[in-house]
Amino acid sequence: MSLVNFTTREITCKIVYYGPGRSGKTTNLHYIYGRVPETRRGRMVSLATQTDRTLFFDFLPIDLGQISGFSTRFQLYTVPGQVYYNATRRLVLQGADGVVFVGDSQARQLDENIESLQNLQSNLLEHGVDVRTMPLVMQYNKQDLPPELILTPADLDDALNFRSVPSFPADALHGKGVFETLKGISELVLKKLAAGSPTV
Amino acid sequence: MTSALNPRFTFETFVVGAANRLAVTAGRTVAENPGSAYNPLFIYSGSGLGKTHVLMAIGHAAKAIASQLNIEYLTLDEYVEAFHAAIAAGQGDAFRRRFQNVDVLLVDDVQFLTNRKEMQAELLRLTEALQQSGHQIVLASDRPPAEIADLDERLISRFSGGLVVDMGIPDYETRVAILRRKADERGSKFQPGVLEAVAKVEYPNVRELMGALNRLIAFQAVNDMPINAEAASKVLGIPTVASAAASSAAASPDEFSQFLTDVTTTVGKAVEAWRARVTEAMLRWEGEGYRTARLEKLLDQDTPAAVDEAIAAYVQDVERLKALEAEVAVLDPQAAGGKVFRDPDHMDAAEAAAAKVRDGAAPPPAPSAAFPLDGYVAGPSNEVALNAARDVIAKPGKKYNPLVIAGKSGLGKTHLLNAIGLELAKKKNAIVACLSTQAFVDELIAAIDGNRVDWWRARYRRATALLLDDIHLLAGKERTQEELFNLFNQLVDADRQLIFTAPSHPNTLHGLEERIVSRL
Repeated sequence: MSLVNFTTREITCKIVYYGPGRSGKTTNLHYIYGRVPETRRGRMVSLATQTDRTLFFDFLPIDLGQISGFSTRFQLYTVPGQVYYNATRRLVLQGADGVVFVGDSQARQLDENIESLQNLQSNLLEHGVDVRTMPLVMQYNKQDLPPELILTPADLDDALNFRSVPSFPADALHGKGVFETLKGISELVLKKLAAGSPTV
Repeated sequence: MTSALNPRFTFETFVVGAANRLAVTAGRTVAENPGSAYNPLFIYSGSGLGKTHVLMAIGHAAKAIASQLNIEYLTLDEYVEAFHAAIAAGQGDAFRRRFQNVDVLLVDDVQFLTNRKEMQAELLRLTEALQQSGHQIVLASDRPPAEIADLDERLISRFSGGLVVDMGIPDYETRVAILRRKADERGSKFQPGVLEAVAKVEYPNVRELMGALNRLIAFQAVNDMPINAEAASKVLGIPTVASAAASSAAASPDEFSQFLTDVTTTVGKAVEAWRARVTEAMLRWEGEGYRTARLEKLLDQDTPAAVDEAIAAYVQDVERLKALEAEVAVLDPQAAGGKVFRDPDHMDAAEAAAAKVRDGAAPPPAPSAAFPLDGYVAGPSNEVALNAARDVIAKPGKKYNPLVIAGKSGLGKTHLLNAIGLELAKKKNAIVACLSTQAFVDELIAAIDGNRVDWWRARYRRATALLLDDIHLLAGKERTQEELFNLFNQLVDADRQLIFTAPSHPNTLHGLEERIVSRL
């Protein structure tokens, strides 16, 4: 997909929130939705089951207006976390400019985190994308839980972040770390546009 | 009519913090490259946060870098006033011309454009004119363009087309730095912790912060005793620590605005990165003496589609110029170093110049292979000539120079001449010019006709030996004699061999200039 279009003067960033089920991807989007002025955001599309699990995906378009003469839009997506929705995940991942991996900080969820990371890698490969070239940040969500239940950001970095990408501790429910994460991934994505010649 | 720049408002006296770093960086960039970096630059912030300071600092910095620049600072009200005065005096055109000739125009308080349609149209015209002629315009306002009520859409898009940056309320550290610097400037000293206590208050702007400092300075002067942090808090009515904490927690920061600012910075850098690449290329090739007009043109555009391709094409042309120049340098050192090999915008001219040199470098006519030395029949009548020829072949340029072979026609002079030429041509790096005098004359005429006498001369000057058959045919050819005379001297001076044939002794030849005959 086109990230920067110099002809129509548009910048569009597709950012996908990825991670195991119940790690808080949709919560991230809900928090952002709540903070974006109404005029700047599109309708948040959420396809959820009756128990509020993401069935297909969430989609939140944000219009950042004119920046340096470019009309700039962010499109935030989440993927369904449950293992059996892999086809959907792969579809949502297509054309992504950046990925936020939302990990669940709970110690007992470590295996799910690892599995989901591996799944991300293989799904990117299916699209012919090397995970090493894809802008990626980690968010360690649920850091507000009692310390005995969770791993520290440093532990999670050791266990999951072997590429040393930027990582952010978060409490998405209350918004802590949500915008920091979004800012982190935006910077990576936008910097990529500065490095190479722009795609049209 | 326009305000002078306040000498105190420079970048050096401006305290930079996270909240205004982008604006200051953009301002400095603009001052360093007026008209090319961000044009227009639009700075907005709440009142008392340093817009005017930055605006004037840009003026000072630009002037310091290029003193010839015509810089104007004025508020929108002053601009409006000047405009009305000019219109009333029937000087509207002069007014427009005056502002179009400004290199860096700094307009303050643009928010007062609200409800001034006529001024909006005027400013739109001026902005367009300044941009087109590569002049810089910097505007300051207390709100972003889109939020100036009743502002023409075209102006909004014009203003937003460059760079729009905001300056926020300085953070705690910046506030401390500002207080320290201002206290220093005022020659006031405070006990440790006093300025820090003041800085903890989130005044909505720097002016109020200065007001607080002034009160402390006054209080300290009156009481003749250093004030401490606690007393300072009392004087300024700063609430206790607990209540301050409670109120700051209540005010939730606007995360989205903050995010937007961050993204704006990043996008600005990314989108403008191509300018850096172009400028870098320009500096590099200008440094090597190449004309960079083509790259400069790129900077005039808003966002050209294929910058890297354009730079690559330019570099390719420069490489070609280098190759041409190197080639020419070998053939004709004088022709190399010409301007024509430094202008990638006129590749045709460079190619043509190189082709011209290449033509001139074609070797002069060589001796004919039909007359080998071993095919020359020796006899008593030509014994002397043949011996002289052998000496010349053994030591070209040293023994007989020039060698004139005289004799009636049909005795084999031409054969011997060519035979010597063939032998000389066997030597290393030899360039033997061997031709009839008639051909020599014809070549010169063609060169004069084609305005290529220089290359014609260069071609023979490079010869290690010049052999001319039937020298008597020079009779009456004054120009050829003159050229030959010069060539003769140059070649002899360089120990290059000259050999001529003539039907009789040169003394007896008619129509040859004395200066030639005497040298034969």
